[in-house]
Amino acid sequence: MSDTYDTPDTRDMLDRTRQGVIGQPLDRPEGPLKVAGQATYAAEYARENCAEGVLVGATISTGRVTAIHKDEVLAMPGVLGVYAAPQMLRRPAQGTAGEAPLQDPSRVDYPLQPVALVVAETFEQATAAAKALRIDYDDASDKARFLPTQETAEAAKEPVTAGDLEAALRDAAHVIDANFTTPGHASAAMEPHAAVAEWDGDDLTLWGSLQMIAFNVAELADSLGIDPKHVRILSPYVGGGFGSKLGISHEAVAASLAARELGRPVRVVMSRQLVFQSIMRRSETVQRIRLGAGADGRLTAFGHEALVSNLPEESFSEPVTQASEFLYAGDNRLLGVRKSDITRLTAGSVRAPGEAVGMQALEVAMDELAIATNLDPVELRKRNLPETVPGQGTPYSSRRLVEALDAGAAAFGWDQRSPTPCARREGEWWIGMGMSSAARVNILAKAEARVTLTAQGHVVVETDHTDIGTGSYAIFGQIAAEMLGQPIDRTTVKLGDSLLPAGSGSGGSWGASSTGSAVFYACEAIRATLAQALGCSADQLILKDGQAWAEGVDARPVTDLLTEDLTRTGKIEPGELMEKVNQSTYGAFFCEVAVNAFTGETRLRRMTGAFGFGRVLNAKTARSQCIGGMVWGIGSALTEELSFDARDGHLVNHDLAEYHVPVHADIPPMEVILLEERDADASPLQSKGVGELGICGAAGAIANAIYNACGVRLRDFPMTPDKLLADLPDPFAPAA
Amino acid sequence: MAHRPAARLTINGQSQDFQGDPRRTLLDFLRLDLGLTGTKKGCDHGQCGACTVIVNGRRINSCLSLAAMHDGDEITTIEGLGTPEALSTLQKAFVAHDGFQCGYCTPGQICSAAAMIDEIRAGWPSAVGDDPTEMPTTVTDDEIRERMSGNLCRCGAYDNIVSAIREAMAAEEEVAQ
Amino acid sequence: MKAFDYSRAEATADAVGQSARLIAGGTNLLDLMKLEVETPEALLDITRIGLNAIDAEGEGLRIGALVSNSDAAADPRIRRDWPLLSRAILAGASPQLRNKATMGGNLCQRTRCGYFMDNRSACNKREPGSGCAAIGGVNRNHAILGASSDCIATYPGDMAVALSALQAVVHTERPEGAREIPMRHFHRLPGDTPQQDNHLESGEVITAISLPAPLGGRQIYRKVRDRASYAFALVSVAAALRMEEGRIASVHLAFGGVAHTPWTNDHVDELLTGERPSPALFDKAADLLLEDAQGQGHNDFKIPLLRRALAAVLAEATGE
Repeated sequence: MSDTYDTPDTRDMLDRTRQGVIGQPLDRPEGPLKVAGQATYAAEYARENCAEGVLVGATISTGRVTAIHKDEVLAMPGVLGVYAAPQMLRRPAQGTAGEAPLQDPSRVDYPLQPVALVVAETFEQATAAAKALRIDYDDASDKARFLPTQETAEAAKEPVTAGDLEAALRDAAHVIDANFTTPGHASAAMEPHAAVAEWDGDDLTLWGSLQMIAFNVAELADSLGIDPKHVRILSPYVGGGFGSKLGISHEAVAASLAARELGRPVRVVMSRQLVFQSIMRRSETVQRIRLGAGADGRLTAFGHEALVSNLPEESFSEPVTQASEFLYAGDNRLLGVRKSDITRLTAGSVRAPGEAVGMQALEVAMDELAIATNLDPVELRKRNLPETVPGQGTPYSSRRLVEALDAGAAAFGWDQRSPTPCARREGEWWIGMGMSSAARVNILAKAEARVTLTAQGHVVVETDHTDIGTGSYAIFGQIAAEMLGQPIDRTTVKLGDSLLPAGSGSGGSWGASSTGSAVFYACEAIRATLAQALGCSADQLILKDGQAWAEGVDARPVTDLLTEDLTRTGKIEPGELMEKVNQSTYGAFFCEVAVNAFTGETRLRRMTGAFGFGRVLNAKTARSQCIGGMVWGIGSALTEELSFDARDGHLVNHDLAEYHVPVHADIPPMEVILLEERDADASPLQSKGVGELGICGAAGAIANAIYNACGVRLRDFPMTPDKLLADLPDPFAPAA
Repeated sequence: MAHRPAARLTINGQSQDFQGDPRRTLLDFLRLDLGLTGTKKGCDHGQCGACTVIVNGRRINSCLSLAAMHDGDEITTIEGLGTPEALSTLQKAFVAHDGFQCGYCTPGQICSAAAMIDEIRAGWPSAVGDDPTEMPTTVTDDEIRERMSGNLCRCGAYDNIVSAIREAMAAEEEVAQ
Repeated sequence: MKAFDYSRAEATADAVGQSARLIAGGTNLLDLMKLEVETPEALLDITRIGLNAIDAEGEGLRIGALVSNSDAAADPRIRRDWPLLSRAILAGASPQLRNKATMGGNLCQRTRCGYFMDNRSACNKREPGSGCAAIGGVNRNHAILGASSDCIATYPGDMAVALSALQAVVHTERPEGAREIPMRHFHRLPGDTPQQDNHLESGEVITAISLPAPLGGRQIYRKVRDRASYAFALVSVAAALRMEEGRIASVHLAFGGVAHTPWTNDHVDELLTGERPSPALFDKAADLLLEDAQGQGHNDFKIPLLRRALAAVLAEATGE
């Protein structure tokens, strides 16, 4: 049997199994460890005689290191070594790179780039020595460019074109032509990047905080110039990733090299400041959106062009127009992303690359079109859902956008909204409502997993896949328990060890469906063996609570069918379906905001999201993914912005006091509606990804609610008070 | 050699002596010297709350506090609130309401919430209460959100954390009555 | 952090006239020591010297310098008679930080200027004579009033803004004896010596903050910020205002986030006193307050924002 997923699996297998745990809102099995502080994260593996390493950031923007005055700090108490080996990383690896990123830190590409590692007996000694380390540079900053410009940009990929956009805009009854800006964002995972490295002869063990173990092994081995078989990575608990830990970063290679040199374990934990300064940023964007519609609001023209940035020699560019390719109609199209090379820290994947910023702008433009056409914003969106992907003719797999719009509107009470701005005032606050669609591409990735049904009837799932908070431990256990008819408490999931079969890794929302499908296939193989032992076909086999039976075959304990542990490996690879059918996830956001009539402060009052993303594998963790995404949407709408100094490209707000991740008080009550659907084109589980959907468009709904509240149309994010002030109505004037 | 006055701390009921580098923070003392890694380092600058522990009944950021300054103090960390086998009411509620995802901010959220509940019982005001001259009588969700705002959660589990705290408070009240 | 000597003081007298840096809550000092913005050679722990009581003093109140921010905010007398102070404290930082931070220490909180806190940048406050990178840089948080060509940093705190409106007095001990510094004259403008945040002398120890007899009236602390909580003020307004027969009988205002000090302007208070409240009057007060205001680019918005925040506070306090 081929491992590639080329034909939709329409057997509805997980609806026919009897255990009844799939989709259930079960608690996370690792929950008790996490709430008791017993789940161990990378830096927390106590290794005997472990030395402490601290990375040193460059003080120039770009240039070369000419001298490192090691001797001065080697004389400081406890200092064991100063390292600046050419194998050390200049930049973090992009997601799924599978090879070393740019190395040799003697070349400085961006401000605060790690250029050396100082190792000492204690953390305090290493930190002080790292601060004291004097480094001479050949400073080339005067030749650097720190701001992206259209003039210096090049097409990131071939633009998507269809028909004649300009002509269609000329002929349109209604035209929206607007520019939007979004600032850089940081992943800001709560656990800073960390590594503990230990060698045993030629074999390296690295406890790391990483999202994609098999890729990370390849990246680390390539960086060190050793065979991957000598590298073991452990990452069973990861304190958040959001893209920032897809590839290896400076600390992993530096810790490994120093540990080999010193012949003892070395721990390197990045400071929060250095995480901000040297790990991936989401690129800022400048977007122009042009929409042309007939008098009936039906789109005839659709233009979405974006300018993004990255360092020279980086292939990644924020795919801003990703959802614009398939979401709405419009036969005449132009979609394109251009990238400008600048001197700032590396740009890469941050939760929902592309849609997170593209959708928030598009959904504001759609709101403007709704006003221009005098249509309800929900209705406008419904009118513009194409039959097939515009310009391509590709069919859609499951797409429950209409249902999401309707269910969300009903639950939220959208009919209570006045379409006129400044209609509702409560004390100092203007109250308004807004909505937007949600859309995000869905991806299936190559994955492998091993499942064992022990002779005692216990289920063990094993893969190197990670759980970065996404619910992998819960979901993989539920898939296996469902398929093998065992209670969930007889199921164990082991993750995050490179000795185990390579899962897809956590990222791009593809983990649950991809590695989950591998688990599913492994279970199918076990079921086939059990069916044979029971004397029925696999199709007829029924498994529940440890019992096996079939039509006309008496029930027997599964353990009676086993003479020894039964282990099978499942594999999946994306196949033709990924190309032939557009598989995406959809939803809708509705929110109510209050805008202070005096100060322009915006506070969310409530938010509803309705989402369709194939089969729900665990309703509790899926809901958590959705509310988490919505919190990110609120952050990008109202508070989050990386501020770079235009004179030297350095990040000024490089900590959690000045980079404003939303706090408890920013987050209103949240309602989430999960629309059950089956998407057989997407995976044999009939599931799709949900880790990122909750962001994609959310900030647009908030911008639209602000407009509805106070009549100020904002197209520059985040929508902080300074951006509203100039256009706010007189605070002493009565409501409209 | 720097002058190093000793400190004797009681941590989760056990006496612990500190006489190390005066630069060592309470957080690093817990994590590196005592192996109590449930207390997390998220920012090391008092900006995220992941390192929250309870000192003499009050929650603080252990990253912005020197171990040497805690002579005679009683410290409770997440390990002192419950174990995986015997979770506290609050810890159980966090599991039931999925009040976390990655789990890294979680010990700080729980220590913070435990102390917050005591602060409310003691009648401490907050910025959300309309009038600090009044003792709080009802605890709204907004009250909890304001009082928990020193604990960041990047996974965005806030809504679930508030639900978990609410349930734990209700359960504890029931026991008290 | 650079290595330092650590010792403990037993009594206030041990701390007066010492060259060692005093540490109590440590929430700001340790933050800056980790960045090596502050590099004291010796730390003197004063957490065990007392100074942690809140006592009645005539009609007023004397708050020990080592009382925690939380204890002050929760004190029933402060909540009843000086609610502005309670409100301002509760608008700042987080509960964890307020539990640690002390009244005296909070007055000495240093600026949040991103260039001050980053050793690689020019900063006259951190390194006199090196320049001011905030001018022409990212200066959204910076001063619009009283800045100089050497420094445009702001005092970031909330509590001192309320104390300024409440006419509080800072009590200190020096080797030559005790002195009192009115809160409104405790901090200083940067001029050409921005390295000095306030008028404390070397070896001088804050022992208490005293509040005069209650001002009565409406007391409002309005903090405008980017997040709903746990963020520094873009601007803030502290007001203690009393109405009589439809007119403003007395008003004391102070402003945060706009200058190197909690900003006060007696002329604004005088302009409002005796007048009937109206949006036009609030505008006139704002005109006077902002007469010499100057933006630095990113923070230009603070000028209209402060005007609007003042109007909001005056409207609320006067019932207009």
